[in-house]
Amino acid sequence: MSVTTIKKNITSDISGAIQQTVNSFPLLKEKRNEAWHTFQQLSMPATKNEEYKYTPVTRLLEKNFSFPTANPSGHLSTLQDFSIPELDANIIVFVNGVFSQEHSSIFSNNSEISILTMEDAIVQQTEVCLKHLSAYIDLKADALANWNTAAWTNGVFIHIPAGTTIEKPVVIHHIHDTRNGQVVSIGRNLVVLEKNSAVTIVEKFDSIGDANHFSNCITEAVVAEYAELNLYTIQNDSGKRFQYGLTQIHQADSSRVNTYTFSLNGKLIRNNLQLTLNGEGIESHMYGLYLLTGDTLADNHTVVDHKKPNSFSNELYKGIMDEDSKGVFNGKIFVRPQAQKTNAFQANRNILLTDKATVYTKPQLEIWADDVKCSHGCTSGQLDEEALFYLRSRGIGKETAQAMMLYAFAAELLDNVKHPVIKRYLDNVISERLHKNF
Amino acid sequence: MLTIKDLQAKIGEKQILNGINLEVKPGEVHAIMGPNGSGKSTLASVLAGREEYEVTGGEVDFLGKDLLEMAPEERAREGVFLAFQYPVEIPGVSTINFMKTALNQIREHRGQPALDAVSFLSLMKEKMKLVEIDQSLLSRALNEGFSGGEKKRNEIFQMAMLEPKLSILDETDSGLDIDALKVVANGVNKLRNKNNAVIVVTHYQRLLDYIVPDYVHVLYKGKIVKSGTKDLALELEAKGYDWIKDEVALA
Repeated sequence: MSVTTIKKNITSDISGAIQQTVNSFPLLKEKRNEAWHTFQQLSMPATKNEEYKYTPVTRLLEKNFSFPTANPSGHLSTLQDFSIPELDANIIVFVNGVFSQEHSSIFSNNSEISILTMEDAIVQQTEVCLKHLSAYIDLKADALANWNTAAWTNGVFIHIPAGTTIEKPVVIHHIHDTRNGQVVSIGRNLVVLEKNSAVTIVEKFDSIGDANHFSNCITEAVVAEYAELNLYTIQNDSGKRFQYGLTQIHQADSSRVNTYTFSLNGKLIRNNLQLTLNGEGIESHMYGLYLLTGDTLADNHTVVDHKKPNSFSNELYKGIMDEDSKGVFNGKIFVRPQAQKTNAFQANRNILLTDKATVYTKPQLEIWADDVKCSHGCTSGQLDEEALFYLRSRGIGKETAQAMMLYAFAAELLDNVKHPVIKRYLDNVISERLHKNF
Repeated sequence: MLTIKDLQAKIGEKQILNGINLEVKPGEVHAIMGPNGSGKSTLASVLAGREEYEVTGGEVDFLGKDLLEMAPEERAREGVFLAFQYPVEIPGVSTINFMKTALNQIREHRGQPALDAVSFLSLMKEKMKLVEIDQSLLSRALNEGFSGGEKKRNEIFQMAMLEPKLSILDETDSGLDIDALKVVANGVNKLRNKNNAVIVVTHYQRLLDYIVPDYVHVLYKGKIVKSGTKDLALELEAKGYDWIKDEVALA
């Protein structure tokens, strides 16, 4: 049996799964069928695919899932275990990819914000949906994005009118109830910020039960002039979660985007984060923290595409790899010929705590303009022994000293989190993970 | 307080200490001098428990306990303090947080309750005055971006906070101008009492004008080759180290 045969098998199995939902939205029939076709053409990525070199998503899915199967119905008695404490927010909950009216609550005024399920949005906001869905994603590049485009069943549509600042964050819970078997959910979110509007969105991934589960989730965001989007992704589920995520953000003049990606647990995490800076005076910050243990694999592929002059992008990703875990970082920065006076910075820093832990980090800068400031740097190494000795020489036990240093390393990301309640929550989660008890 | 007998140590394959003998009693100040590469800093590091050094022989008794058996943090909790020649910069850890953690772990070891925030702060303010260090410096990340003088002052501040029984000052004078040197020495002197002891490791006599030693030892090729009073330091200052080397060669 050759590798090619295996690859073909899973592609056709998934293709069979896609077939079940490809025609579920008549208005999107053409787009979805086209994506289905492209999925089959591209087929699931092999490890020889440069973009998946260190992340055998195809092999892992093949080994741990069977396609096509229907999801068991999910049941959530309370959201409490998964919610962010004391966060006053609009809450949207999906259980096994199905919208849960019972656990969702939307507080912001309807005139300020429209939050709909994608199912409803296709009907009620057809024009906006058709205009933006898949408009900015390069569907020629990635089979998994096509899988999503052809087969998504639900998600959230958020539309913020011009000049409106939404005070209460929108939290989207993607919960899998796997007590009755494997769950596969395909979700699609569309976020449209009109001129001079602002919103904070949190996407959170959790589960109940012990079976393997997979989510393929795409979020597309369109950020108009002077608008501000803060987007948090919190991945802290069990070691049974496999996930592929693509976040595609399209920015216009003078808009601001801050993304925060916290990958703290899971089996396989693949995040594609792609920012297109299609305007001047834009500011974009991408922050990422991955704290990995066990055999977790977290792969962050990011792209910043500077298309116009005078914009600023800054990226800081940090990771701590423990036990057998594996981190992957690939950061692409494109500066198009037109994009003079671009400032683009990127840093990726890693700490490996064991001999078995690994990290692959690769900055990739392609600069076609000549008057730009760009820098990148990546480091990976162990904890600084000299610093550890310094702390211990003052009476601080080895474990505490180590926790202090790891926390300090991670805290640089927390420092950039603007929302106080979300910050406190993340701080607690990270402190607990790093055994910070000082 | 401290009894070192025939201490031998190496780093990698390189033997550095070749049988050190030293007795330090409470209330005393000992200066360890010697030319570059004689093993001064190695001795300080071995006493503090730096793990790159391998002790190949001898013993060290500290207040009736085997110091060499202890982890660095245990030594600190028992009352040993090393003021680093090159204090480490640790981004993200504030001096205040660091000191609070250290102090409370030491207190726990002594069977004392942890200090609450208010008591800690007032203790800190009191000790800050000793070394003329500003609180804004202590709120910052540990030693990050500090000048040489600020780092050394921070070392003495930590010493003041932890109240060690035995302080080892490793080349504390290096990189200090005369004013900073006076401040640091003044801090050390204020902390001296009949129950604690100080070992000053230094290449130059300069610091000993301000921290006056009871004994001066000359370390050469990993051994103490000459001991005397503070006059020995003055003699070394005037004549350099060559005559010591000659003496050793003749013997």
